[in-house]
Amino acid sequence: MGGRTLIEALAALLVFQLAGEFLVAWSGLPVPGPVLGMLFLLVFLAALRRVPGDIGPVAQTLLRHLSLLFVPAAVGVIVHVERIEAEWLPILAALIGSTVLTIAVTAAVFRLVVRLTGGDDDRQEEMVP
Amino acid sequence: MSGGTSLWVYLASTPLLWLAVTLTAYALAYRLFLASGMRPIVNPVVIAAGAIIALLLVTGTGYDTYFDGAQFVHFLLGPAIVALAVPLFDQARRIRRVLLPMAVALVAGSITAIVSTVGIAWALGASRETLLSLAPKSVTTPIAMGISERIGGLPSLTAAFVLITGITGAIVATPFLNALGFRDWRARGFAVGIAAHGLGMARAFQVNELAGIFAAIAMALNGIVTSIAVPLLVPLLF
Repeated sequence: MGGRTLIEALAALLVFQLAGEFLVAWSGLPVPGPVLGMLFLLVFLAALRRVPGDIGPVAQTLLRHLSLLFVPAAVGVIVHVERIEAEWLPILAALIGSTVLTIAVTAAVFRLVVRLTGGDDDRQEEMVP
Repeated sequence: MSGGTSLWVYLASTPLLWLAVTLTAYALAYRLFLASGMRPIVNPVVIAAGAIIALLLVTGTGYDTYFDGAQFVHFLLGPAIVALAVPLFDQARRIRRVLLPMAVALVAGSITAIVSTVGIAWALGASRETLLSLAPKSVTTPIAMGISERIGGLPSLTAAFVLITGITGAIVATPFLNALGFRDWRARGFAVGIAAHGLGMARAFQVNELAGIFAAIAMALNGIVTSIAVPLLVPLLF
């Protein structure tokens, strides 16, 4: 990564996020600003037909360490320890049960529709056993 | 002794201390994760957050003080979401081929997430405030908090539920999908993104890039569908 293009890539990500935040604040759409920023960047890349400068490596670096970025928010659970203690059974049963059920239903429906529409030609999509 | 105490008081009030603690805790947790052979149960977010919570409790530090330092890490979530456009662009051809499976799985998964959460908690006697705060638990924090506020839940409680959901998804997804025999990375990633938003997506990127991309698409789409579906479904459930 060159120093100049690295800073340009970071600036580009922030500017696209800013554009997204701006549109959300202006229109009141029920979507977070960064999600719209992502759409804007996607349209920009599609128009260019390539990923310019260091946007590729910078994006890869951010996404490889995505888990780290959730740590500050995860520590925030500390604020609600009392209620979670008081209602721990319904809360944990609902969160864990629903998460597991949702994963199963979503994956099953996705595969069912892939099979029904005959879109299963690419073996690359499968994990190595 | 009093010199040590005032030094601690000084350091604990600067953002530097808690920023350094956040990065160090995650770096150590990530080493443990690698040493375990990347087992999902050794989740680096859970270990790092657990260690930091313990440290905050021992030192009597409030979450606001902690967040003054940690906000610099938290801030990068925005640019990271924007950066998802790059893998989406790289994989556009593969994504276009499965638009219909994605659309149907999106609606099915989104409704399952809302109805099953509220249903289970209601059956086990949760309070009304808790039920309303639980409904949007499968979508990314800023959207979930907005939905919670609109239907009369507690946004910050919803944020805690969103996190527990994400951690659950990140831990159970790999062994559970293996047990069910799903081998299609697209279906696996998409399912985790619908059920467990950003934390599920972060886990998916650790496992496989294609799975991560499908998790990212699922997370973004589910944010939109859930913000429409929860205000429509919740009145029917009560």
